[in-house]
Amino acid sequence: MQIYLPIAEVSVNAFLLLGLGGLVGVLSGMFGVGGGFLMTPLLFFIGIPPAVAVATEANQIVASSFSGVLAHFKRRTVDLRMGTVLLIGGLTGAAIGVVLFNYLKALGQVDLLVKLCYVVFLGIIGGLMFIESLNAIRRSKKNTGPIKRKNHNWIHGLPFKMRFRVSGLYISVIPILLVGVFVGILSAIMGVGGGFIMVPAMIYLLGMPTKVVVGTSLFQIIFVTAFTTLLHATTNFTVDMALAVLLLVGGVIGAQFGAMIGTKLKAEQLRILLAMMVLGVCFKLGLDLLIEPSELFSLGAVGGH
Amino acid sequence: MLRKLALMICCALPAQAEEQVVLGLSQNRVAITANFDGSEILVFGAVKREDPIPEGDPLEVVIAVSGPKEPLTVRRKERKYGIWVNTESVTVDRAPSFYAVATSGPFDQIVSEAEDIKHSISIGNAITSVSARAQSANGNDFAEAVARIRTNNGLYSIRENTVTVDQQTLFKASISMPANLTEGDYITRIFLMRDGKVISTHETQIDVRKVGLERFLFNLSRQQPLIYGLLSLAIAIIAGWGASAFFRYVRRGA
Repeated sequence: MQIYLPIAEVSVNAFLLLGLGGLVGVLSGMFGVGGGFLMTPLLFFIGIPPAVAVATEANQIVASSFSGVLAHFKRRTVDLRMGTVLLIGGLTGAAIGVVLFNYLKALGQVDLLVKLCYVVFLGIIGGLMFIESLNAIRRSKKNTGPIKRKNHNWIHGLPFKMRFRVSGLYISVIPILLVGVFVGILSAIMGVGGGFIMVPAMIYLLGMPTKVVVGTSLFQIIFVTAFTTLLHATTNFTVDMALAVLLLVGGVIGAQFGAMIGTKLKAEQLRILLAMMVLGVCFKLGLDLLIEPSELFSLGAVGGH
Repeated sequence: MLRKLALMICCALPAQAEEQVVLGLSQNRVAITANFDGSEILVFGAVKREDPIPEGDPLEVVIAVSGPKEPLTVRRKERKYGIWVNTESVTVDRAPSFYAVATSGPFDQIVSEAEDIKHSISIGNAITSVSARAQSANGNDFAEAVARIRTNNGLYSIRENTVTVDQQTLFKASISMPANLTEGDYITRIFLMRDGKVISTHETQIDVRKVGLERFLFNLSRQQPLIYGLLSLAIAIIAGWGASAFFRYVRRGA
């Protein structure tokens, strides 16, 4: 069944979209990630204009994170204070990101920017995750206890300290704001929630306890991606409601199955699988930049979209 | 412009043209609905003439359907620091969003080069790229790229021998339009050709419009972008939350 997307102005098979949503849903349910970093490149591959893919994906992330954050609120695993500081940074970052996005779109370099961001970040995160989970597997075989994290680093020397009771931290707001800004920029440019950057940053950089990390990051992601969606909708007119709803329905169904599969696998195995997938997407996008494209020319409307 | 005006006046005077087109279309509106996946339009007509059929080569018919013309930015990639980056860009003055030419015979044989240029019939001539040539030494490559990319997307096509002409009087052709159409007024031109020359032209219009939900969403996104953005967030949240609540309910029930 073909469906004509009103904003993207392309006709796509509805089942393909449901299937893509479902596939990414399975993965996000399995690994507990948002899946934006996989969905956006997949949308590029099926011919959705990149600007529409990025904006619509932001809209979809809001929805798919919503039920997650409700569950975390119920379990009281959201550090609202930390979330709010991250959010302030995030909103600033999203605004910067959209301005940058529109500027580069006018220059005709937005595709390059989006793809380069993907290659760089997926490469770093995937690589780190791969090494870390290999080490974890090796450690669990040797049966030595987990390495204790250093509790004091340079971050504790910074001014403007604030107390975060839920996380049990007393640290400066500067690194938190910076993490927020950074994730906000990525969210606007890459059409991702940014959980894959924020979660490691919260654990390793800020030293937050793992149990509040996911809930707090989801809390921040919802508001930042909602803001990004609105910015894209009002400045670029690139949010496609029909596309978002189809992806979402597929995604929610897929996530249920993914969560079931996820409980059957070990955490280290899951992480190594995820790392390999992240590296795979990174490799494919990187290859596209390196190999001579079959069509050197591309068309765009005058003055942007 | 003057030449066009003169041509239009010529066409308007019945005494000037010995053979004229009487045209019918199976539909003069194409509605883009949510499940739009292309459309087929039957173009048919007859040649009206006072005098007997002239001697010589038989009458040939060319039908050109053109979507709205808009300026385009064409960019070219080049290898820089090891990766492929958009470097040069050129603005093509006007290129139709859709262009299909149907003919009753091989294009080169029934349309002379001069008439092709005068009436901008072929794909290459339907793209106005004067300033592209001024902007870049290889401006032509950019105009050709527009034709090539859109031909590959199924948006531009030349369909030779798809117009059937009966006894030099009746003609018909079916023009298929792909699913990735954009909105606008699609100008349909019919050319009657003899000896490679245009002896009569006729112009009509097909309206391609989004309708229903598509129309509503598109208009809302342009006229009330903030409301559209909030609405799409609300719908997405309700859909996502509703679906997972449904699953929880099912699982608890089971």
